[in-house]
Amino acid sequence: MNWGDIADAMFGGLPYYGEILALVSNSVWAGAVLGLVGGLVGVFVMQRDMAFAVHGISELSFAGAAAALLIGWDVVTGSIVGSLIAAAIIGVLGAKARDRNSIIGVLMPFGLGLGILFLSLYDGRSANRFSLLTGQIVSVQTGQLGWLIGIGAVVLLGVLLIWRPLRFDSLDPQSAAARGVPTTAVSLAFMLLLGLIVAVAVHIIGALLVMALLVTPAAAAMRIASGPLSVPLLSALFGFVSAVGGILLAIMGTLPVSPYITTISFAIYVVCRVIGARRDRVTRAAA
Amino acid sequence: MTPASAGAERRVVLSIRDAALQRGDRELWAGLDLDVHAGELIAVLGPSGSGKTTLLRAILGLEPLSRGEITVEGAPVEGHGSRRIGYIPQARPLPRDTSLRGRDLVTLGVDGHRFGLPIPRRGDRARVDALIDAVGAREFADRPVGQLSGGEQQRLRAGQALADDPPLLLCDEPLTSLDLANQQAVIGLIDRHRREKDAAVVLVTHDINPLLGKVDRILYIANGRFTLGTPQEVLRSDVLTALYGAHVFVLRAGDRLVVVGAPDAEASHHHHEGEGVA
Repeated sequence: MNWGDIADAMFGGLPYYGEILALVSNSVWAGAVLGLVGGLVGVFVMQRDMAFAVHGISELSFAGAAAALLIGWDVVTGSIVGSLIAAAIIGVLGAKARDRNSIIGVLMPFGLGLGILFLSLYDGRSANRFSLLTGQIVSVQTGQLGWLIGIGAVVLLGVLLIWRPLRFDSLDPQSAAARGVPTTAVSLAFMLLLGLIVAVAVHIIGALLVMALLVTPAAAAMRIASGPLSVPLLSALFGFVSAVGGILLAIMGTLPVSPYITTISFAIYVVCRVIGARRDRVTRAAA
Repeated sequence: MTPASAGAERRVVLSIRDAALQRGDRELWAGLDLDVHAGELIAVLGPSGSGKTTLLRAILGLEPLSRGEITVEGAPVEGHGSRRIGYIPQARPLPRDTSLRGRDLVTLGVDGHRFGLPIPRRGDRARVDALIDAVGAREFADRPVGQLSGGEQQRLRAGQALADDPPLLLCDEPLTSLDLANQQAVIGLIDRHRREKDAAVVLVTHDINPLLGKVDRILYIANGRFTLGTPQEVLRSDVLTALYGAHVFVLRAGDRLVVVGAPDAEASHHHHEGEGVA
């Protein structure tokens, strides 16, 4: 492959950009919803120290989707079922952080293995196989995109409704319990919402890359802000820019969407880290 | 056992009847009867592992009793925390990168229990400001909590606990790892709340010295048994020797008390003796 080929893969579609954009406009919407909601949910993922859980859920979601593909079910439904089962198991058995990590460590390879088994047994279109692991939003059908957008909206509403007790429980679980917050119910509800949004993310950027939209934006936001509004708003903005920006850049050529999304979200994180470090130095010098 | 200082007719805020608590198959304590009156400050002392923190958790309804009953203001505790009770936990420094400002810690006390869209109610902000002023946290309220000192964090936790003007305040080692000035400041906050709101206070501590002069009665737990009374009645060599079943000495050094020879608790008392001198 020479530079010409690479340029072609990246920018070959530019002359037809308007038409391509019209074709994938639903994908852009789905990406926008996932970016926003993933960014918001990510704030709680970070506060509850659950990045590893996100990864574990996504592998079982992948297994569910692969199983659905094999037996001819709807793939989105399959991924949701897998996600919710994983989220419920982690939520019920992993109340303590240490238990949680060992349960996820056990579940994750099992889910990934199952998924690979189902994909090997599946003899349909092979493009579907890798898209579950590494994502390809532009190949998701329009009807399914509607579902993904709808699920994203449900998660957004759910998170907003439990926002304050969830925040209390995430930041200060002991005091939250003492003040009558039903911490167990709140934790479980959050796990199920997390499971739903992970299932959406599996279809858009793939099971292996889910964290780029569910962890990285929040981690970046927390580097430069600490307010109760500024962190979630920045995180949602970073998720939105990564997801939508990634899709808009990817459709200029023939390359997959995921590397664009992961690269943008990583770049945002690096910039925030540098800003945060510089600010820390200034604060320390002043102190 | 009626205290000499707190009048017998005062309203009973917290009432514990024949309470027992088990951890696994080990009985932490049994047969506890305690009435705490409005405006009274009770200190709970005892070696580590004697079930002091568990007692507070039982009062909050987070730990089931194996026997007996606890009522707060006449109503039995419900089994899942309560906003009638203010709770100041042990000072655990929050991680440096916690995405929370000082003021947010207090805000959680005001609205952290509310479900529904996170839209602030009228008056919330004023309430948070009033609490921040009440605990003297105005100066550092807008800084990230991870950058605040242990004493500053503990003041904010006190502000959070006082959000609903609780008639009962539970404090679990609120002074641990604070320097003397901050110890005095936090005790001052607790003491002022109890006087201004006529609240009852139950305070778990391993060092009684910072509280002498403020505390009305002491509940001393050791060996699964109790002694309850005024500091003069409880902090005596013969009383504690009987309670521990081992030779224990209460020594006076100036206006400080040092308990020597108490199993388990010996090290921490020595430690605090040193701190007091410094």
